[in-house]
Amino acid sequence: MSTAAARFLDAAGSITRNLRHRGLIQTALRKYESARDRRKAAFHDWESARQAAAETKWEAINHLDEHLVSFADKLESRGTKVHWCGNGIEARDLIRDIIRDAGAKCVVKSKAMTAEEIHLNEALEKDGFEVVESDLGEFIVQLRKEPPYHIVFPAMHLTRDEISDLFEKELGSAPTREPEELTMIARRALRRKYVTADVGITGANFAIAETGMVSITENEGNARLTAALPRTMITLLGIEKVLPRMEDLALFLPMLATAGAGQAITGYNTLYSGPRQPGESDGPTEWHVVLLDNRRTELLADPEQRDALHCIRCGACLNVCPIFKNVGGHTYGTTYSGPVGSVITPHLRGLQDWKHLSGSSSLCGACTEACPVRIDLHHHLLQNRRNAASEKPSTLERLTWRLHAFLMNSPSLYHLAKECGRVFEPLRKATEGTVLDPVRSWTTTRTLPPVAPVSFKEWWRERR
Amino acid sequence: MKVTLFIPCFVDACFPDVGISMVRILERLGHSVQCPEAVACCGQPAFNSGYWDEARQVADNALDHLRGTDAVVVASGSCGAMFKVFYPQLYDGRPRSAEAVELAGKVWEFSDFLVNRLGVTDLGARFPAKVTFHDGCHGLRELGIHAAPRQLLSHVRDLELVEMDEAATCCGFGGTFAAKFPMISTAMGEVKCASAAGTGAEYVVSNDSSCLMHVQGLLDRQGSALKTIHLARILDSR
Repeated sequence: MSTAAARFLDAAGSITRNLRHRGLIQTALRKYESARDRRKAAFHDWESARQAAAETKWEAINHLDEHLVSFADKLESRGTKVHWCGNGIEARDLIRDIIRDAGAKCVVKSKAMTAEEIHLNEALEKDGFEVVESDLGEFIVQLRKEPPYHIVFPAMHLTRDEISDLFEKELGSAPTREPEELTMIARRALRRKYVTADVGITGANFAIAETGMVSITENEGNARLTAALPRTMITLLGIEKVLPRMEDLALFLPMLATAGAGQAITGYNTLYSGPRQPGESDGPTEWHVVLLDNRRTELLADPEQRDALHCIRCGACLNVCPIFKNVGGHTYGTTYSGPVGSVITPHLRGLQDWKHLSGSSSLCGACTEACPVRIDLHHHLLQNRRNAASEKPSTLERLTWRLHAFLMNSPSLYHLAKECGRVFEPLRKATEGTVLDPVRSWTTTRTLPPVAPVSFKEWWRERR
Repeated sequence: MKVTLFIPCFVDACFPDVGISMVRILERLGHSVQCPEAVACCGQPAFNSGYWDEARQVADNALDHLRGTDAVVVASGSCGAMFKVFYPQLYDGRPRSAEAVELAGKVWEFSDFLVNRLGVTDLGARFPAKVTFHDGCHGLRELGIHAAPRQLLSHVRDLELVEMDEAATCCGFGGTFAAKFPMISTAMGEVKCASAAGTGAEYVVSNDSSCLMHVQGLLDRQGSALKTIHLARILDSR
């Protein structure tokens, strides 16, 4: 078992017993579901919209090479510096050098899961830079020195009381239970940072190939301030963020808002096309767009699962996933949690180390049903399981399944197994839940039905 | 019609009444029912664990014994999904691919078969109880079965159906998942049980015995008065 798998089992074991956590998350996500359903109903036909979105992303990803070149060319023509980074180390080094060249000390940053993926903040802080998260949820988890709990709702696991206590301890504010006041406390702390920061780092929601623009969607206005106030702007994005055309946003912006947060449209939607142009009075003087591969092209090379690159990081699959709803975001130990995380993490970070996430699913398919771009998520979990087993089969498990096949295919042995089940039932019952019970992983929390005195097949034979 | 009934191992061994009710119902409707004894499993456990070669050893046997019939009716939505959705994938590009696709085309989950193949919704059943319905995930999302069991229940005399909030949420069984990740599976099951109990129903009904085995296992430990029952047993009640 990999270290990551052992950690996952351990964390899942303790958090599933935490009924407070379960209640908190499930109450929040029930509210999300009803809001999302109301917004879905506002679409003329949600299923057709999903199909259209899936086809657009298919086009984007299957012609990624052309779209990326077009995107980069258009950006460069307006003075943006475009950088191509093969992995996280390259991207981190590059971003650090840009910040150093800008003579900066303080960096303000808006929400970017890609930055989490390459552990950008830790690297910059190690090099002596101050990095301030400007998204409220991210600001909160940064103060707690923990990773975001959810790709869209980073601090959804915290109550207002916990946030008030945190602000009191870290920012010296007076305790309050009012969300508005808590927001104002964060706002006062953040506004000072926007003005003093020399560099702003953002993520991106979509990269428009046709026009060479970056689309950023947010609810707090923090990304706009992050992009507009500092002299230097850096945008870090995965290469899969491409959309072919500007008009695609007409579908993708409401779709992302609906699937992601149950909103008709997100509060602020901004398109960035370049740094400050001659004659303009504001905006950053320098803009660096950092395109990150980090094994995405390897996923692209897998025809069976490349649709996982269609993901728009809306978090809809997390929100409906019964596994996520019970173990929460931190248990996964990954940047991307929930179903999409379980699908892509083995590709991004190694199949054998992360295959347990594909195993940890009842394959219920709620994720696939919720995905706005129709990624075949739960079937990809099955493919990951198959790939993991064929790449490195477990001798014991393979033997088990061979015996199982032998038993199931032999009516006399199968009959004998049922007889054994009946004979040993009293013994099994007596040892239930103890170390002697071979099925204790089931019986610790559940009863097991006994083999019936007359099985269906015995009844059938008798009857004939 | 010549109907082959596929009774999966856990229904055969632990829930024979479910299979017996299905035989009775199909025969009452005038169909000739056969149950090949040589086939006990669809191969899903090995398939879901990633061991596709071993799954094919089981599936080969199923392909051998489930031919020469008009329809294969499956006593579990999950095994039904294995035949209908996953066999074509399991045999993709292999010699028995055509056979797998042919079988997939003939496979029906029990409630789906009654309503959408035979056009029957009223079986003259009577079951005086308040019940809530649990959608097994494979039946619901792989096979798209949602209305059929409800239509059948709506014609059962003296039965009241109350929907639970989490009807379409997984009960946490998931085959080997329940044994490999028992803590997560149990937590999911507890959510399901609480949602079902919240309706005030006496029974949780489903078209999948595997989910019911999990839910009943948890309810027993909780000492709950709520019971589980398969749809076929209700439809066979007078």
